[in-house]
Amino acid sequence: MKIHLTNPTKELDIQGPMRVKQLLEQLQLTPEAYLVIRGDELVTEDEKLNDGDTIEIRSVISGG
Amino acid sequence: MRCKKCPLQAAIKLPQHNTSYCKTCFTEFVHSQVAKAIKKQKMFSPDDRILVAVSGGKDSMALWAILLKLGYHADALYLDLGIGNYSVQSRHKVEHFNESVAQPLGSTLHIHTLAENEGAGVKELAMMLNRPTCSACGTMKRYHFNRTALEKDYDVMATGHNLDDEASRLLGNVLHWQTEFLDKQSPTLPASLDGFAKKVKPLYRLTEREMAAYSIINKISYIVDECPMSKGSKMLVYKDVLNRLEAESPGTKQVFYLKFLDKQAKEQAATQDITSQDQQRLSPCQTCGQPTSMEVCTYCKMMAKAKAPV
Repeated sequence: MKIHLTNPTKELDIQGPMRVKQLLEQLQLTPEAYLVIRGDELVTEDEKLNDGDTIEIRSVISGG
Repeated sequence: MRCKKCPLQAAIKLPQHNTSYCKTCFTEFVHSQVAKAIKKQKMFSPDDRILVAVSGGKDSMALWAILLKLGYHADALYLDLGIGNYSVQSRHKVEHFNESVAQPLGSTLHIHTLAENEGAGVKELAMMLNRPTCSACGTMKRYHFNRTALEKDYDVMATGHNLDDEASRLLGNVLHWQTEFLDKQSPTLPASLDGFAKKVKPLYRLTEREMAAYSIINKISYIVDECPMSKGSKMLVYKDVLNRLEAESPGTKQVFYLKFLDKQAKEQAATQDITSQDQQRLSPCQTCGQPTSMEVCTYCKMMAKAKAPV
């Protein structure tokens, strides 16, 4: 899976299939601080992500 | 995962509410939380003219969109801070939303550009004055939003501060026992004296994650990149700590801030309200006339120093 991570921007390639929850755990990301987007749709933690999916993990935190 | 309100696929799980929603039900949930905030904190009425402070970020853009969807007369002010490409991109987001959504609904966008009016961007002004950029930025924003709201005769000024902003600010104030700042953490601050616009925070019941999800679901394009000046900000540390607590114990942020508001409302009823305190403490700035606790306000001091010959 091609993963685009924001703030800081990173491009990752991770072997699927894998559930959203597992992906966040593997990357040690707090679920409350991120949203996972497949294509342009939000996905919940139980969704299975497959090789070939384009995934964005978007940070929702702003510092102002 | 299914939506808890209808048979559709869920788009988001909200552990703090022990629920999950599809896109439509989530949008309705956000609108109902904003409506509840407006009513509970007596923010404004359907006849009021509202000035929304927009930055191009998810919260302020979503707030502008929500107020328009709920049928309010909401105009916006964008302050162009001149922070390189970040400001170019954020201004583009605001102008695009204005042209495609807001203007057709009769809304007006005001733009104030620091480089044109103050002679330099916020980063350069801060360097000239030997002040942290975020501090100079805060002064500029407070001054211009208040001034525009008064000069253009708006009834109230609305900002996109969300639950995470308020809970992290409360945590910072409590950690340093800055109890004198707690009164100003109410989601509604009255126009306590001449020269102060009424200020409200209609998103105080909603988390940052909910606001980002609302923008994505409703196709509101916002600037995802963080302001380059906010690197190392204490607020980011407090937000991270609160989000770790939230992961272990969902609802922590909500309880922390909303219970504080309940307690504060009870205590303020028994002591002096914000209006009486401000009337005793503040007087008009000798240069610009806006309320200040000093003879000359921080904005005027900053501008005098920035324009002084070296």
